[in-house]
Amino acid sequence: MNFQIATLLGQDGLTNGAIYALLALSILLVFTVTRILLIPLGEFVTFGALTMAAMQMGKAPKLEWLLLGLVLIDCALDLYQQIKHHIDRNKMKKIALKLGYAFVMIGLLNNLSLAEIPMACQVLLTLCLIVPLGPIMYRLFFQPLADAPALVLLIVSIALHVAMVGVGLLLFGPEGARTQPFSDTGFRLGTVMLKSQTLWVILVSIFLIVTLFIAFERTLYGKALRATAVNRMGARLQGISPVFAGKATFALAAFIGSASGILIAPITTLYYDSGFIISLKGFVGAIIGGLVSYPIAAIGAVAVGMIEAFSMFWASNYKEIIVFTLIIPFLIWRSMNSHHVEDDE
Amino acid sequence: MTPKRVISALFLSSSLLAPLANADIKIGVVTSSTGPIALVGIPQKNTVALLPTSAGGEKISYISLDDGSDPTATVKAFKKLIDEEHVDAIIGPSGSGNAMSVIQFAAESGTPMLAPVGTAAVVLPMTEQKKWVFKTTQNDDLIAEALVEQMKSTGIKTIGLIGTADPYGENWAKVMKDLTQKAGIQIVASEQFQRQDTSMTGQSLKILMASPDAVLIAAPGSSSVMPQTTLKDQGYSGKIYQTHGAALDAFLRLGGKAVEGTILAASSMLVLDEVPNSPSKEIATKYITDYKKLYGETPATFGGNVLDAGLLLQNAIPSALKSGKPGSAEFRNALRDALEKTKEMPATQGVYNMTAEDHSGFDERGRVLITVKNGKWVLLK
Repeated sequence: MNFQIATLLGQDGLTNGAIYALLALSILLVFTVTRILLIPLGEFVTFGALTMAAMQMGKAPKLEWLLLGLVLIDCALDLYQQIKHHIDRNKMKKIALKLGYAFVMIGLLNNLSLAEIPMACQVLLTLCLIVPLGPIMYRLFFQPLADAPALVLLIVSIALHVAMVGVGLLLFGPEGARTQPFSDTGFRLGTVMLKSQTLWVILVSIFLIVTLFIAFERTLYGKALRATAVNRMGARLQGISPVFAGKATFALAAFIGSASGILIAPITTLYYDSGFIISLKGFVGAIIGGLVSYPIAAIGAVAVGMIEAFSMFWASNYKEIIVFTLIIPFLIWRSMNSHHVEDDE
Repeated sequence: MTPKRVISALFLSSSLLAPLANADIKIGVVTSSTGPIALVGIPQKNTVALLPTSAGGEKISYISLDDGSDPTATVKAFKKLIDEEHVDAIIGPSGSGNAMSVIQFAAESGTPMLAPVGTAAVVLPMTEQKKWVFKTTQNDDLIAEALVEQMKSTGIKTIGLIGTADPYGENWAKVMKDLTQKAGIQIVASEQFQRQDTSMTGQSLKILMASPDAVLIAAPGSSSVMPQTTLKDQGYSGKIYQTHGAALDAFLRLGGKAVEGTILAASSMLVLDEVPNSPSKEIATKYITDYKKLYGETPATFGGNVLDAGLLLQNAIPSALKSGKPGSAEFRNALRDALEKTKEMPATQGVYNMTAEDHSGFDERGRVLITVKNGKWVLLK
């Protein structure tokens, strides 16, 4: 092992670590606000990457039908409630808006020549397609049992993950996909070639993390979410809607997930079922942070990426074992150091 | 008669008719059209619609089941086909591990099983149980021989291996170890990876450090692309060899410029236009055209393996019909014997010559050396 190899591996570890850090943060965010361990987060990653790949091949991503289907169910439920209680004009407007959004997306995706439009537009379309799935999924699968014990929420979360993997196979097929890099240039740093995509990943990750930090520290909505995370009941008494908080965090998680997918798609081949293992590594990071601390989770996730890269070099067949065994000493250390937290508040 | 009664009468008569329909020859098909090896299973499941529908004057009906790539589900599907449906033969499953787990059930019930799987372990070494298994893919060593010969003739002395950490990659590592030893080629690095790995930097650096003359990548489907792109990115300039697992159009699409010049050995299905006319070529061309008409895409070779199983059965059924009625143990026994006597039968993957010892039955007509030129598969000359 010489310096050049160490830098190459370090660069690789840092790239993966940055993605794991983003995922760790969204897992943490969703967990603290809603008590849901967001296992399907990985599916948002693969959906993002595969949708991008489908667009670059000039095909309308079939994910649009999932969006339409879920929006229809969502609107039907809303309508049913309207009819059962009383008809509220504002709510009706919202329903029309949601339906309109879904149809506009489908219209756009089927009429634009997707392969030719600039990559920024492709990214934007992908995000517009996937991000709404987050809040709709919260509304359909978690909102009705928002007060259920954390274990029930976990089980629903696992069910949703399994269902989404199946849907992914149906929509995207079993083939792996990879997309074009954002730009083709590379940078030379001493003897090591840095690919521009790795820089993109690291820069965008840092940008997102900083933006999140500022949003949570400075904006009213961010503070509302933080308040919900600290004390759900207290926040509710202050007029913060738990439904809004849930939907907002899910939208954020879907955004971070699909953005991560778009970022790593040019570097690696992703399959419809690759998401789980990626989000699981983010989860290891979140566990290192004790599912409470954001900075420690981010550092932990980067450490996971680094350890992964180096173990891949020394013992490629034991890579996963090494990464996931990491979690055990941290769990022991955590359980010895922290006081017992109530399961349900 | 009231409408209700008409309907119930219809139901009754249709249920009475059902046993008549059962007189057909029944073939079970088990594929993995969902789960991790769906890539292999989907073209196989799609091929069921193209399988021959009659043989020796009898109609053949197919019952297609999915095992979700899970060996336990494969066993369940096999038991269902054997005990409830009383099938005469089974085509499948898609996965090597899945196939290993059901051999005993096929053998116990005396049902011929035609496995379109990669690993040679399902028919070698021949045992009392494996007598019931036939394999419709080229054995790994047949493909490997072609590659090693090519390496030897181009003066390659050292190679590096990257394989998936599954039966496919492991069997290739084993086969290559034996063959390279004989050919005087040295394996200087052997690395493994998982299909879903998002990065291969470590493995490929290890290979680079050993600086072999050539690298062989043994991975099924599109997972064979990433090791190669990573190696190229890091500046590896030697020859890169792939196995027949990479013989997919997706390989070209995903690999782009990085896979230019790759050498692999596979069935001639990829380069049909360039191979001389032969019965195999005709069958494969017809299969590809029919498949395209039905599904709008070219089939992966995995689908051809299932079609071959159907053709083998079609070829064997007429002589088996002389010994017993479909659905009886005598018929299944005779079917197995007839399959074993298959001689010079052309199909999509090559020409089959089964013997009591060789239940795969390919010779060098089952493989050609192929390379990638200008983003297309071409015959290596």
